Amino acid sequence: MTLHIPSSPAELAAVVAAARSTGTPLAVAGGGTRAGLGRPVQAAATISTERLSGITLYEPAELVIAAKAGTPLREVTEALAAKGQRLPFEPMDHRRLYGTSGEPTVGGVASANVSGPARINLGAARDSMIGLKFVNGLGQDVKSGGRVMKNVTGLDLVKALAGSFGTLAVFHEVCFKVLPKAEGERTLAMTGLSVPQAVAALSAALGSPFEPTGAAHWPASGGETARTLIRIEGFAAPLAYRTDALSKLLAPFGAVETLEADASAGLWADIRDAAAFAGTDAAVWRISVPPSAAPALADRLAPLEPRLMLDWGGGLVWAGVAATGDAGAGRVHAAAKAAGGYATLVRAPETVRGAVDVFSPAAGPLMAIQRKMKASFDPDGVLNPGRMYPGV
Amino acid sequence: MAIAFPAPRVDVLAKRDRVIAALKAIVPGEGVITEEKERRAFETDALTSYRRLPMVVVLPETTEQVAAILAFCHAEGVPVVARGAGTSLCGGSIPQEDAVVLGVAKMNRVLDVNFADRTMRVEAGITNLAISGEVAHAGFFYAPDPSSQLACTIAGNVAMNSGGAHCLKYGVTANNILGLKLVTVEGEIVEIGGGALDSPGYDLIGLLVGSEGQLGVVTEVTVRILRQAEGARPVLFGFREIAQAGQTVSDIIGAGIIPVAIEYMDREAIHICEAFAKAGYPLDVEAMLIIEVEGSDAEMEAMLVRIVDIARRHDVAVVKESKSAMETAAIWKGRKSAFGATGRVADYICMDGTIPTGRLPDVLEGIDRIVKGYGLRVANVFHAGDGNLHPLVMFNVNDPAEQVKAEHAGEDILRLCVQLGGCLTGEHGVGIEKRDLMREQFTEVDLLQQTRIKTALDPKWILNPAKVFPLDAPRDEAPREAA
Ligand SMILES: Cc1cc2nc3c(=O)[nH]c(=O)nc-3n(C[C@H](O)[C@H](O)[C@H](O)COP(=O)(O)OP(=O)(O)OC[C@H]3O[C@@H](n4cnc5c(N)ncnc54)[C@H](O)[C@@H]3O)c2cc1C
Ligand SMILES: Cc1cc2nc3c(=O)[nH]c(=O)nc-3n(C[C@H](O)[C@H](O)[C@H](O)COP(=O)(O)OP(=O)(O)OC[C@H]3O[C@@H](n4cnc5c(N)ncnc54)[C@H](O)[C@@H]3O)c2cc1C
Repeated sequence: MTLHIPSSPAELAAVVAAARSTGTPLAVAGGGTRAGLGRPVQAAATISTERLSGITLYEPAELVIAAKAGTPLREVTEALAAKGQRLPFEPMDHRRLYGTSGEPTVGGVASANVSGPARINLGAARDSMIGLKFVNGLGQDVKSGGRVMKNVTGLDLVKALAGSFGTLAVFHEVCFKVLPKAEGERTLAMTGLSVPQAVAALSAALGSPFEPTGAAHWPASGGETARTLIRIEGFAAPLAYRTDALSKLLAPFGAVETLEADASAGLWADIRDAAAFAGTDAAVWRISVPPSAAPALADRLAPLEPRLMLDWGGGLVWAGVAATGDAGAGRVHAAAKAAGGYATLVRAPETVRGAVDVFSPAAGPLMAIQRKMKASFDPDGVLNPGRMYPGV
Repeated sequence: MAIAFPAPRVDVLAKRDRVIAALKAIVPGEGVITEEKERRAFETDALTSYRRLPMVVVLPETTEQVAAILAFCHAEGVPVVARGAGTSLCGGSIPQEDAVVLGVAKMNRVLDVNFADRTMRVEAGITNLAISGEVAHAGFFYAPDPSSQLACTIAGNVAMNSGGAHCLKYGVTANNILGLKLVTVEGEIVEIGGGALDSPGYDLIGLLVGSEGQLGVVTEVTVRILRQAEGARPVLFGFREIAQAGQTVSDIIGAGIIPVAIEYMDREAIHICEAFAKAGYPLDVEAMLIIEVEGSDAEMEAMLVRIVDIARRHDVAVVKESKSAMETAAIWKGRKSAFGATGRVADYICMDGTIPTGRLPDVLEGIDRIVKGYGLRVANVFHAGDGNLHPLVMFNVNDPAEQVKAEHAGEDILRLCVQLGGCLTGEHGVGIEKRDLMREQFTEVDLLQQTRIKTALDPKWILNPAKVFPLDAPRDEAPREAA
């Protein structure tokens, strides 16, 4: 296994060009915290972004930060925190889920479009990504977007590449739009709701003018009672007002308890990181559906006896199931499809991941466009071949 | 006339009768427009100084008809220009003489409203304002609000990734679309995304939004709808110096406050808009800001206290806090009428560059120098929160030489924006207008990556030709598909 560690975009481009000319597929690694996620990549060589590191631009008053792709995410979040700012999409720290110890990188987060609970009103990583520099599978150094928030000049390759898992290009620099860190936060909590009741309550909160930035539900499991959670953030006066208004709105669903800043922050870090599944050996599915379909989805999954966690007002369902056989793949994909969504197997033993559809299979014409995308960025299939789909 | 159109292809023009017959077989009744007088309505958009009469216009009513039209045109190699309401400011929907204009305006139904999931599925030809209108009774709205929202369609918004004054908080079209029904150039119908926040595979919605009709025709859109805030209130500031206004904006954002809108107007724009709208704007200042906050009365009050405090620290000369719905309407009327009011004073071209907001004083000074250099006048209106400038370069349309000067001044302004770290267009798109400036922002390799995608999805380049990419943009052969 060869390991390439380029230290400049030019070196990176040269590595990819050479791999292309010799027909050697490359695995693309950031911090390598993925711990064997997704479809296993068969590659003779790995390209690491380790030496492409450092913040290249930070203008707090313009709400932008750019960093080289191998920059540990921590460096970025710390620089932002020092100025009272944050990445709006609250990237998950999945080391807890996978029990790994590497450093998540900026490039890894961008290429996996990692997004946390605030997704419901502040968007995913892709919504905050405004500029990208990358080397495509032809070994060409390309840029798209820039450092301004509004930019409609030409095709938006930044979004097209967000969430492409290193199968289209190797990023070497990413520019993000950022937001001020909220001055305070609070969580309204209810206990004992069923999944349909919880989703109804979360929908009511999200359909209110009080702008919740988190809406999650942990169904009853083992000895634990169910908890339904709504987060609000902001300056002191709005927080007090919104706590009051939301409590009234939610009263018909049950008693509402208020958690103050510290307790609230810890709770949402757990939700963000899917901590409920940390330290277990369950296979973990991440299922994206329209929120109102979540209760029916939960019913369909019941035979697998899953441990469930609902985020995004019910739009994101995490399901932990026994990691045996196909880890429920057949049932999970069918249930996700019936609910109008799709599922990704985010943690399972390699034997399982090699044998089942890790990502929901795309419909025929959609798959054809995916292949055309792959062909226009990486015609020879050099980068992370097979990571997302066979042949892509 | 600075912008070139490719010569119409003789072989395509020769097929006109066959094309018309085929389109009539697909879209019965009034849906095919062949008379010259009626085709004239489609020869230009809001970039009215350029126009070309299309070969024929077709107004389908279903996705299946769109698919059949594209399959036919693709097979015959006939160019197709998709069109919504034709309000594009960059000539994005101006056709060629050898093109079929495919207008989606008749496809304007609401297909589904889902308050629980906060989504709505609509046909592509519905107007932006009608989407919000459909859900207003329940206190919901669709966020991106281009000033043209009364007329422009969601299809055009998707194609241009349109934004508006309230994008600072709510994002642009790309941030508010969950699903698309797309017809490929071959006539295949593809469903992308839908009711869920994320969709599998590559982010094709992200790619298609802003692609200016280059990659396929959109027939249905699933949008996010949001709950309206309890209230909204603007404050108006007048400053004697441009730098004070710029510094106020920086400090507000630095203090962790993100208003829903921060609009900037320069002296010329203030005077023009005040003369038209009688909004009560201060006339003895160099720069004006309109800053809007949202929430309950108490929330707005708390936020405005902080904002006004920051402005005072920068010697604000005039502070007008709106105290009533009428005052709010007056403040916004002046700003929203900027284009119309300027049109009464002079002909103008509306530019649309963006800059890093920290470069505001530099860019305003540069624009002034450029425009004066051509002996012209300019009014600047601009989304100060996100650095999106709209310099209105004024000229006399009856003086062709002056029009050319105005176009050159506009191009120089966009070059300056790129030099300052910004880009050629923040919301209006490239179209024909900025096509030949693309190399200011992109290298050949950057352009090639874009044209390779174009070729992959439209191998014959028949979708909205001669837009977005310079006519001599580099192109690879059709990429073969990955094995
Ligand atoms: C297939 C797959 C599915 C995942 N699903 C989820 C999920 O649903 N939710 C979630 O929160 N997290 C998910 N993750 C985890 C996510 O990858 C990490 O949160 C994040 O990528 C960690 O960064 P890293 O630097 O450790 O990346 P790594 O673990 O090194 O790499 C992660 C992915 O990004 C690619 N990559 C890394 N750097 C670059 C670069 N510079 N340019 C291009 N591509 C690059 C890799 O090839 C790999 O596909 C998934 C990861 C993988 C591989
Ligand atoms: C007075 C005025 C104010 C404006 N203010 C703003 C503003 O504040 N913010 C802003 O962003 N823009 C603004 N605009 C520009 C314009 O309104 C937007 O670009 C709008 O989105 C265009 O919509 P339309 O329906 O008129 O599209 P058209 O002009 O008909 O077409 C625009 C583009 O979309 C493509 N297209 C149309 N339909 C489809 C389809 N079904 N599938 C694929 N492609 C399609 C066309 O080919 C063309 O490239 C303004 C324009 C005017 C005249």
